[in-house]
Amino acid sequence: MTRKTWPLTGGIHPPENKHQSTQQPIKIAALPDKVILPLSQHIGAPAEPIVAVGDHVLTGQCIARANGFVSAPVHASVSGTVTAIGPMPIPHASGMSEPCIEIQSDGLDQWTSLKTNENYPSLSAEKLLEIIQQAGITGLGGAGFPTAVKLAARAESAIKTLIINGTECEPYITADDMLMRERADQIISGIQILHDLVKPTECLLGVEDNKPEAIAALKKAAENTAIEIVVFPTKYPSGGEKQLIQILTGKEVPSGSLPADIGILCQNVGTAAAIHDAVILGKPLISRITTITGEALQQPGNFEVRLGTPVDFLLEQASLHSEQLARLVMGGPMMGFTLQSLTVPVIKTTNCLIAGTQTELPPVPPAQSCIRCGHCAEACPVSLLPQQLFWFAQGKEYAQLQHHNLFDCIECGACAYVCPSHIPLVQYYRGAKGIIRQQELMQQKAAQSKQRFEARQERLAKEAAAKEAKRKANAEKAARLKAAAAEKASSNEQPKQEIQAALERAKAKKTPSKSRPQLSAEQKELKIQLAMVSAQLKKLQRSMEQSESTPDAKQQKDLDRLQQQQQSLEKALAEATSNETDQASSSSESSGSSSSSEGANTGQDLKVLQIKLAQAKAALKKAERAYASAAEKNAADQDALKADITNKQAALTEAEQALAKAKPSVAEQPSHSKEATSKKPKKPPLDEKTKTLKIQVAMAKAQLRKLNKLAEHADTAPSKEEVEAAEKAFSEAETALAEHQQQTSSSLADV
Amino acid sequence: MTLIRQTSPHTLKASSTQAIMLNVLMALIPGLLVSVYFFGWGVLINLVWASIVAVSCEALVIKLRKRPIRFFLQDYTAVVTAVLLALAIPPSAPWWLTLIGTSFAIIIGKHLYGGMGQNIFNPAMLGYVLLLISFPLEMSAWLPALGVREGQGVLDFMTSIQLFAGSVPVNTLDAMTMATPLDILRENNSLTLEELWASNPVFSSWAGKGWQWVNLAYLLGGSWLLYKRVFTWHAPAGMLLTMAIMATLFYGGEGSNGHGSPLFHWLSGATMLGAFFIITDPVTSAASNKGRFIFGTGIGILTYIIRTWGGYPDGVAFAVLLMNMAAPTIDYYTQPRTYGHKKPNRGLAKLD
Repeated sequence: MTRKTWPLTGGIHPPENKHQSTQQPIKIAALPDKVILPLSQHIGAPAEPIVAVGDHVLTGQCIARANGFVSAPVHASVSGTVTAIGPMPIPHASGMSEPCIEIQSDGLDQWTSLKTNENYPSLSAEKLLEIIQQAGITGLGGAGFPTAVKLAARAESAIKTLIINGTECEPYITADDMLMRERADQIISGIQILHDLVKPTECLLGVEDNKPEAIAALKKAAENTAIEIVVFPTKYPSGGEKQLIQILTGKEVPSGSLPADIGILCQNVGTAAAIHDAVILGKPLISRITTITGEALQQPGNFEVRLGTPVDFLLEQASLHSEQLARLVMGGPMMGFTLQSLTVPVIKTTNCLIAGTQTELPPVPPAQSCIRCGHCAEACPVSLLPQQLFWFAQGKEYAQLQHHNLFDCIECGACAYVCPSHIPLVQYYRGAKGIIRQQELMQQKAAQSKQRFEARQERLAKEAAAKEAKRKANAEKAARLKAAAAEKASSNEQPKQEIQAALERAKAKKTPSKSRPQLSAEQKELKIQLAMVSAQLKKLQRSMEQSESTPDAKQQKDLDRLQQQQQSLEKALAEATSNETDQASSSSESSGSSSSSEGANTGQDLKVLQIKLAQAKAALKKAERAYASAAEKNAADQDALKADITNKQAALTEAEQALAKAKPSVAEQPSHSKEATSKKPKKPPLDEKTKTLKIQVAMAKAQLRKLNKLAEHADTAPSKEEVEAAEKAFSEAETALAEHQQQTSSSLADV
Repeated sequence: MTLIRQTSPHTLKASSTQAIMLNVLMALIPGLLVSVYFFGWGVLINLVWASIVAVSCEALVIKLRKRPIRFFLQDYTAVVTAVLLALAIPPSAPWWLTLIGTSFAIIIGKHLYGGMGQNIFNPAMLGYVLLLISFPLEMSAWLPALGVREGQGVLDFMTSIQLFAGSVPVNTLDAMTMATPLDILRENNSLTLEELWASNPVFSSWAGKGWQWVNLAYLLGGSWLLYKRVFTWHAPAGMLLTMAIMATLFYGGEGSNGHGSPLFHWLSGATMLGAFFIITDPVTSAASNKGRFIFGTGIGILTYIIRTWGGYPDGVAFAVLLMNMAAPTIDYYTQPRTYGHKKPNRGLAKLD
């Protein structure tokens, strides 16, 4: 029973010219002196070289590994020495150069050890796929898609029909024909491996009826197997994957889909033979059958060629009359491309070389006008309207081209073949496709740029709005402060009371015992210092807890120092309290000198203080600005932070100096430090170090704010005694703090 | 040694526009011979004169357009246009009639649209319609076919030359010519068809004397072109089919209101010339097979309507021009279903 086949839509019957190369059996081509192995002989990412110039390699040794999922390794096709790795001319329509590995043959053809698998059914599917992948097998029919990738692309049960393509519909080419005639067993064995791998419900081997010898050989080899040999009428382009599927199954691969999407997998007979070699014999893909034909050759035929063999070396073996050679085509006359150089190598997809003479492949006559005869539409295997496409391509009407399904064109050349006006139709389509693809790429890019630009504009607008809001808030605040100051100036008593009350409230929380209003100035100062240092300490501890990581050395140091400071301050406070009873309301100068021997600077006047204060203000502003920007970036910009910290420390030092003088309104301090703490959590999260530093800076900020106010109050002239006493009490705390700050900055510098 | 650099395909079918046009000219030979046999030398004189005019006009325009003259003359399209027009105009036409018609067809109908392949309207039909509208008298005066007048053969060569030169007085010409069978049938409203056939010698067994054989000869030539795959069967089949359907539907019986049998319409006037040589002009017809069938059906219907109820002796030329206008639209709505697509596209891509 012969299986039903479906007719090919359209199609043509070009002169076959196959007999020239089928007169003799497949010959083994001589070993070339050198081979050039392009890293990209397949569709997908180029292979990655794993040998270096000067390395000695054996035949079958892997010299470049697959680079990525869709890729295939390359193996040495001769034994010898790697002499070059770099761009060399490759067989490509453009005549371009691509990275290749050149091996100088030692003529010995020493093989690397091969791992045979006589008992392949024992191997798992994964192992088989790995062997096929490692052997560098790609589709040998034409496109060169990595076979293992194609096989692994679908789940095991997804493929219902396995189709083996033995069509070879292009004129001149007989490589598959001769392979089927002579090595049918090998092909059938390879198909069975494929069959075991994908487990289809049917397995069809399609052959055109112009290859009776091949059909007979295959039928014999396929006896008692599940493989069905299907013969159908000869017509170009029956061998196209989609066309063969239509002929054998009557199904069409939906536009934009793969055959696997409708449960069909196609493989070439040559690929099947290569799979047999790889799995059973362990041989990687280092040679293939190539048809060498054309009238410029005296002895056309099929050769088993080592990959990488230069074309001229191969043509010589078929006795090339180089003076007659006019056009050298790699591939068939319908879809092949012309070569510009004879030095390019044979690669995995090279199924044919046609050395044509001037009379055999004459130059195309000049194109005439299209008369819309429609012969092209009749020949088109995918039912396009080639003449309409041609008009649109000429008019650069790309939208219409896409509407007329330009991208379903398989570029088989049937339309151009039949065109009575000799219009290079395929060239128009290729050109238009290229332009459309480029346009789409550019549109994508433009869309991306637009998106990016809009996002940036939005961000800038947000920033501007935030800035504006901040500026407004600041202005309001300033206005409020000014009003408050004016009020204070007019009625001095009220604010003082308020401040006092605030201080008491704050202190009551931390040290309720110290809220006695009748404390001496010195005591007050010390208490304030103590409160600040405790607050700092607490914050540091909290931040360390929050960070949930073991405190590093620097943090530990900070902690220790703060604790020391706290202790010393407590001691000083205790001293001051004990002194209180002795010195009733005596000069604080003496008490100052008794408590602090180093802080002897007593002659500072208010002017100097004010200057320093102004400096501190400036420094703080800077720090604030830097912080704002750091917070915006939300990342610890190290340099900026360092600068910030230095600034803040300067501000802090000076602020403290000023504080030492402008003692009377110290009462405000606790409330301000509170303010600072309450503000902190709102800021974006930073790393531990930054957090700590920030806390410190916030403290400095609080202090400075205070000093700002103090400056205003300076006019209200706090008593000289008070100032001096406070100064002395502070000098101690100041040195401790300065030391701490210095260390902080030095440790920060390490960050 | 430099190798030719060319994109695929590398082999081309041995076919050319020139070969197609030569095939068309060859296929016209049977019809031409039969025409000469029934209508005399005038046909041949017209044909030669029209060809000379067409080639000259073509050469002139190509020269004006600064194109290679030889290359473009080689495609024979001008000759085809000239021959078709010459076969459509009466054999008694004077030289200026052919000159006007042919030069208009080539210069205005073809080259002003951009030359070969670019014209919207069939140039020969454009020339014919121009003449029909401008010179109705000359265009409707046909010489009677051989055997219509008892014992009188076709005009001799000298008389034909005189007619061509326009040196024959009008009343003499009137005496020589008579209406075509189509005209006579259209004008008839008193006799039954049987009586008409019996009373008027222009009618023969199926259609007009001579005319039926000329049409059959064109059918023969057209069939040969079909066999040679110069064009597909779609347009001629569409035209002949609808014409037959129309003739059947509006047959009107054998009475005086009868419009003639389908066979009469098939074998009268320019039906076969139109079906196989005019509407198969690929340039001005629809592109796809389906489109061509629709194009042909339109022409069949319109031809019958104009013939039967219109004011002109034959409707093929008008029908062709009308459908020429519709061809691009037909194309957009008859795109074939591309492989892998569920349904064919319709219309044009939307451009925004």
